[in-house]
Amino acid sequence: MTLTLEEVEHIANLARLQLSDQEKERYREQLSAILDYFSQLQALDTSAIPPTASVLPARNVLREDQARPGLSREELLRGAPETEAGQIRVPPVLD
Amino acid sequence: MTELTDLSLTQAVQALRQGEITSRLLCQAYLERISRLDAGLHAFLAVAPESALAQAEAADRRLQAWRENPAGPLPALLGIPVAVKDVLCVAGMPCTCGSRILEGFYPPYHATAVERLLAAGAVILGKTNTDEFAMGSSTENSAYGVTHNPWDPSRVPGGSSGGSAAAVAARLALAALGTDTGGSVRQPASFCGVTGIKPTYGRVSRYGLVAFGSSLDVVGVLGRDAQDVARIFSQIAGYDPRDATTMDLPVPEIDLEAVDLTGLRVGVPEEYFISGMQSDVEEAVRWAVQALESLGARAVPVSLPHTRYALPVYYLVAPAEASANLARYDGIRYGPRVPAKTLEEVFRRTRGEKFGPEVKRRIMLGTYALSAGYYDAFYGQAQKVRTLIKQDFDQAFAVVDLIAAPVAPTTAFKIGEHGDDPLSMYLEDVFTLPANLAGVPGLSFPVGFDRQGLPVGMQLMGAHFREELLFRAAFAYQQITDWHTRAPEIAAA
Repeated sequence: MTLTLEEVEHIANLARLQLSDQEKERYREQLSAILDYFSQLQALDTSAIPPTASVLPARNVLREDQARPGLSREELLRGAPETEAGQIRVPPVLD
Repeated sequence: MTELTDLSLTQAVQALRQGEITSRLLCQAYLERISRLDAGLHAFLAVAPESALAQAEAADRRLQAWRENPAGPLPALLGIPVAVKDVLCVAGMPCTCGSRILEGFYPPYHATAVERLLAAGAVILGKTNTDEFAMGSSTENSAYGVTHNPWDPSRVPGGSSGGSAAAVAARLALAALGTDTGGSVRQPASFCGVTGIKPTYGRVSRYGLVAFGSSLDVVGVLGRDAQDVARIFSQIAGYDPRDATTMDLPVPEIDLEAVDLTGLRVGVPEEYFISGMQSDVEEAVRWAVQALESLGARAVPVSLPHTRYALPVYYLVAPAEASANLARYDGIRYGPRVPAKTLEEVFRRTRGEKFGPEVKRRIMLGTYALSAGYYDAFYGQAQKVRTLIKQDFDQAFAVVDLIAAPVAPTTAFKIGEHGDDPLSMYLEDVFTLPANLAGVPGLSFPVGFDRQGLPVGMQLMGAHFREELLFRAAFAYQQITDWHTRAPEIAAA
C-alpha cells in the first residue's frame, strides 16, 4: 500500500508535528513499506475473536475520596519553560 | 587482591554486613570506574557522585550501628550501588528519556520502583542511556549519542535499556533498573552478557515511569546473575495504590537454594528457531536447553503458531499507545519550548524540532492506525490478533512450566548497521515481542558466546506471576556454568 503526500500531511497535522518536505517524503516511503508488511494481518480471519486491550483481568479500582498532600505549585511550575504570577504563560490561542 | 567491583551484589551485601568493606569504598570504586571508562562507553546520561556518596555514608552508619547492636533485620540492599534507566523519575536528577524534548527537566518526585530501591538502602549512582522514549533496539535513537557495547565498542549494546545493560556488563554499577515494552530489558541483557528480568505486566508499579505503550510497559532489572536480579526484583515488585494496573498479589520470597529441576517441563517452541538466524545463537540455546535437562528438567516441543504476527501487532499497538502518551510533550508544562506566535505553532514546532526521527515515525504510524477509516483494519485487527498470541501462551502453559527460546536472532550488531531502514531494525525484536503482548514474564541470561566472542542470551518465559520459577531455573543453570561470571576487557578511552 502506498501513502500519498496528502495523507502524510493529514497525519502530521493530527499529531501536531511540523515536518520538513524531506521528512514528509521519507516518512511517506517508510510508512508505506511498514504498512505493506503489516497487511499480512489481514489474512487472518478474526471475525470470532474478541480484541485484547489489556492482559490483566478487568476489574474496577475504587478508593475513598480523601484529601492527601500533593506536590506544590512551585515544584510543578519549576519544569515549565515560561511562567508568570504562579501560572504557565503561553502565546495567544487565537491570532 | 580482587577489586571491590568484582564482588557480585549478593557477595557485596554479605561483605557490607560483616564490615569487610564499606559502602563508601564500594561506591567510590564504581564512581572511579565510571569516570575512567564511561567516556568510551557512554552508558550514563547523568552521574550523581555527591548524592551517591551521601547515601553510601548513611548506609555505613546504619551498618555500623547494626553490627554493634544487631537487633532487627537490615534493609535488603543497604549500601548497594545501582543505576536507573533515564525513563524513570529520580527526584534531584534530570530525566530526559534520551530526548531533546525533555532536556533540562528535573522531575519533582521519585518513581515507586526508585522509592522502593532507596527504602531498601540502595545507592543511586546515576541515570543510564536509552533510545528516545525507549523506542529502539540499539540506543542509537538516543538524542545524546549511542552507548557502546563493552564487549566490542564498534557494536550496539542493544536497547532500549542499552545504557543499563552496558553499565552492568562493564561493572559501572552492580545492577540497574530498565524497562521492557517489546524486549528492552531482555535484548540488551543478551547483547551485553548480563541477566535481565521482564516481570509480568502489572507486577511492578509504573508510577513515575514515563509512559510509552501503556498496555505493554513493565519496569525490570538487569544484573550479573539470576540471584542478584531476584534480590532487586523482590524489593521493587508488588501492589502500589498509585498504579491501578499493579496486581494486589503477594511477592514470593525467592528461594534459590535448590538446584534440582526434576519434573520441570521446559517447552521449546519451533517458531523461535527460524531460517536466517545466526547458527551459533541457535547452537548455544540448544546446548542450554540440554543443560537444563541435565539438571532434571524435561524438554518438550511446543508450538506458538501466531508468533510471526507478533511483529505487526506490536508495531501497531505500541505506536498507537505512544501517539496518545506522547501528546503531552508540547512545550507547555515541561522541557524546552520553541517560540512561535500562536499556541498551535508552539505545539507543532516544539514537537517537530525536539522529537527525534524514530519517535516521530512511531507517532505518525500510531496516529495513522488510530485514524478514522483505518482503525478497524489496523488497530482493531491488531488487538484481535493479540488475543490469538495470548491464547498461544495459555495453551502452551497448560502443558509446560516454562518456555525456553533465543532472545534475538543475532548477537550484537554493528553501530549503524541498520542505517535508515526501520523495518529491518524492528525485525530484531521478533522473539521478544510476544511476551509483552501476552503480558508474561521473561528472563534473559547468558548461555555462551558466538564465534566473534560476543555474548549469546536465552530467555525463559513463564505463566503470569511465575517469575520465581524463571529465577530458579536460571539460578540452577548458573550453578553449573560460568558464562555469567565472564567480564569484558575494557580499554579506557
